[in-house]
Amino acid sequence: MTRTTEPVNLRCRAISRRSFLISAGSVGVAVAFGSLPGQAFGAMMASSVDGNYLPNAWVSISPDGTVTIMSPASEMGQGIMTTLPLLIAEEMDANWDDVKIVQAPSDAETFGNPGFYGVQLTGGSESTRGYFTPLRLIGAQTRQVILASCATLLNVPQSELSTEPGKVVHSLSGHSLGFGDIAAKGVLPDILPQVTEADLKTPEQWRYIGRRDIPRIDVPAKVNGSGIYGIDVQLSDMLYGAVLRPPVQGEKPETIDDEAAWAVPGITHIVPLSYGVGIIGETVEATKRAKDLLQVSWTTSSRVRNYTSDQLLEQYRKVGNDLSQAGVEAHAQGDTETAMRNATTVIEVDYMSDLIYHATMEPMNATAQVTGDTVEVWAPTQGPTGTQRFAANVIGTTPDKVKVNTTLLGGGFGRKAEADFIIDAVSLAKESGGRPVKVIWSREDDVRHDKFRPLEAQHIQVGLDADGNITGWRHRIVADSIFARTMPELFKDMGGHDDVVTEGAHFNYAVPAHRIDYIRQDNGLDIGFWFAVGVGYTRFGIECVIDEIAAVKGSDPVELRLELLKDQPRARNVIETVARMADWDRPRDDRALGIAYADAFGSHCAQVAEVSLNRETGEIRVHKVWCAIDTGVAVQPRHLEGMMIVGITNGISQTLFEQINIVDGEVQEGNFDTYRVIRMSDAPEIEVSVVPTPGSPVGGAGQAGLPPVGPAIANAVARLTGGVRLRHYPFLPERVLEALNA
Amino acid sequence: MTAFKLNGRAVDVDAAPDTPLLWVIREHLKLTGTKFGCGVAQCGACTVHIDGEATRSCVTWLEDVEGSEVTTIEGLSPDASHPLQKAWIAEQVPQCGYCQSGQIMQAATLLENTPNPTREEIIEHMDGNICRCGTYVRIIAAIQRAAKEV
Repeated sequence: MTRTTEPVNLRCRAISRRSFLISAGSVGVAVAFGSLPGQAFGAMMASSVDGNYLPNAWVSISPDGTVTIMSPASEMGQGIMTTLPLLIAEEMDANWDDVKIVQAPSDAETFGNPGFYGVQLTGGSESTRGYFTPLRLIGAQTRQVILASCATLLNVPQSELSTEPGKVVHSLSGHSLGFGDIAAKGVLPDILPQVTEADLKTPEQWRYIGRRDIPRIDVPAKVNGSGIYGIDVQLSDMLYGAVLRPPVQGEKPETIDDEAAWAVPGITHIVPLSYGVGIIGETVEATKRAKDLLQVSWTTSSRVRNYTSDQLLEQYRKVGNDLSQAGVEAHAQGDTETAMRNATTVIEVDYMSDLIYHATMEPMNATAQVTGDTVEVWAPTQGPTGTQRFAANVIGTTPDKVKVNTTLLGGGFGRKAEADFIIDAVSLAKESGGRPVKVIWSREDDVRHDKFRPLEAQHIQVGLDADGNITGWRHRIVADSIFARTMPELFKDMGGHDDVVTEGAHFNYAVPAHRIDYIRQDNGLDIGFWFAVGVGYTRFGIECVIDEIAAVKGSDPVELRLELLKDQPRARNVIETVARMADWDRPRDDRALGIAYADAFGSHCAQVAEVSLNRETGEIRVHKVWCAIDTGVAVQPRHLEGMMIVGITNGISQTLFEQINIVDGEVQEGNFDTYRVIRMSDAPEIEVSVVPTPGSPVGGAGQAGLPPVGPAIANAVARLTGGVRLRHYPFLPERVLEALNA
Repeated sequence: MTAFKLNGRAVDVDAAPDTPLLWVIREHLKLTGTKFGCGVAQCGACTVHIDGEATRSCVTWLEDVEGSEVTTIEGLSPDASHPLQKAWIAEQVPQCGYCQSGQIMQAATLLENTPNPTREEIIEHMDGNICRCGTYVRIIAAIQRAAKEV
């Protein structure tokens, strides 16, 4: 037996996982996310718990009773740093007030998401879904270890012991021992207790899951300035870095005149890179100044020079309408061709959205130090595992030689799953003589070198019979691919389909025939994962078309949805709930309500928007949004409401304001003066109702609140104007006026 | 050398006079609660108080604060006990939290001058501060809560 006076250190290791090969490009993302087939890992994890389960790395208990729990995911505002450790605390019966949470190190073997390729990557609304069962099992097993240790200490059978928060109780003798006492004096059992899902608490026994009064662990440090984001990292002897990037993606420096830049006091290195020119200096202001003084001529061979976004979008729209361009079948059920041929009425419409920018409030940044063949990185990254790989590539070492310290993230939205800012820091740290280098992007670089949400056009055809019933639904999505850049092997394996670009096109409405095609375009521009990615625009098209059908049929939009979701009680519940909240049938003076629903990320969300319209200026005003959300289990209902507020507010922003224009490859916007995001004066009142469904699997929460709000606004505008449809994101005033005057 | 008072303490900074105060505070003096967001006074993440006025430190030069009193989020209260900070926790305002130092510093000068602001006054005063997570409704609720407690 092991006697210990140190904190009980429980290490869980080497759960065998199917490895997933991720492609390594010179500039790429940590790994992709979306609705991918990854859920098998949860089951594998559970089965391994029955087998060879060694003490785990997730929990340690100090003699003073402090329970330290690892948080494996990146905290970017979604509250995950509270949610995941809380699952362990729940099952081990820790006293929540004694819990201390620390960010897990980069170690995918131990801390990777079992439901998401076993890697450390926060995205796809996959964290709670992937970790929900494994972390509760780890908590339950930790509890068994504590019970076994206590049984030995008290010399009683373990079966006579029970736990209360932070202590073990022997009710027969009236004795109890705190977790700290057990950690100080206890011994670890020789044979580690095994647990299965049958050992987990029933929902009735939960002390913490589902409670509204547990505050987020990260909030206090966010109101007093002490929270450390990537940009806040301070190391002794640290240098600063800046990188000048080309005006058009993919161009390379040809000639570099750095005389003026060298004249700036404090500049220590100027580093030509394949994709730009790096500056290293003793102060951040010196590097920024020197960067502005660089005279660089760039190659002019990039194909992105042919990219002009408004012209391309018109081309995409035409491709969507040209049925001879077949694309790749993403989904097919029933005979859509015949349904269209025999339909009495065919609704045939185009929906489109422009490129949009992430606009994380914390611009891209990272700090790196290179020592021999090892690298240490401090970064606000969504993907520590990918960061290890990309950092290793830069200096020609292996990922295990890279240590990643994940800081708080000042926004992520998919942008911080990319590795370009990591590569900057490591590339400069490689040249700095061993001193750490912190690279901070300017806002202008952050805008112009984003990986935008794809420019896309959708062509939707719906066949109706004489009674207005849907007989067939064809959905053609025309856009560039994210996977082709980020996961080319997966893209190839999937036969050229991009699951994340077409995400959300597959719905749960009952239709006799449904076909989804992806017609890939390739115009060279890097596009990436954005908040809710494909669902954000596919549901725009779908939910507006549902209202268009309701108008043709003369049906109420709520009633039509309920009818199409006859066999979907969870969907019906959120729709009925939100309609009740909004008092759907009550007319509003000079305003109208619109509804939309989405089943995405394993959750159900319905929203109603109340809008008015200035017919002179074309400006839309959203006054109020009601939201009903069912994530199955709501681990932290109050914080789930917070995430719905995030989704709705961001959703309004991308619906009404956000737009990136590219002309001949050059991004026209550069800062918040030209790229408009929602401000307080544009924000509506928001009312959220959390309606969990006991017994259902836990759904994703991070992105579920965004997709419905845009179509709810468009549907409200149509109801306000006697049927004027807005079919192009964003609804800029000039587009609204054009639609009104059409 | 430029001398000013930072959170009540005298500091002397050796940096170019035209260095943005933001970088002086963050990288020379290592108080990182004040954030870089845009660099052009469009987002408010860098808001500090200069002689009691809410000011964007990204477009304020070091030489401008010679002899001034500068207060950052770290100096707003000794132990995060300012009514706004308490209200921010009570309302669970922050999501990513990156903009919140600037939001709180901006809100603090509103309550100084308008102890009981209307919703419209709050919006007018706060509209220059972007929160990309969109916590605006909770920011309004927190300011209203703090106003009641002051």
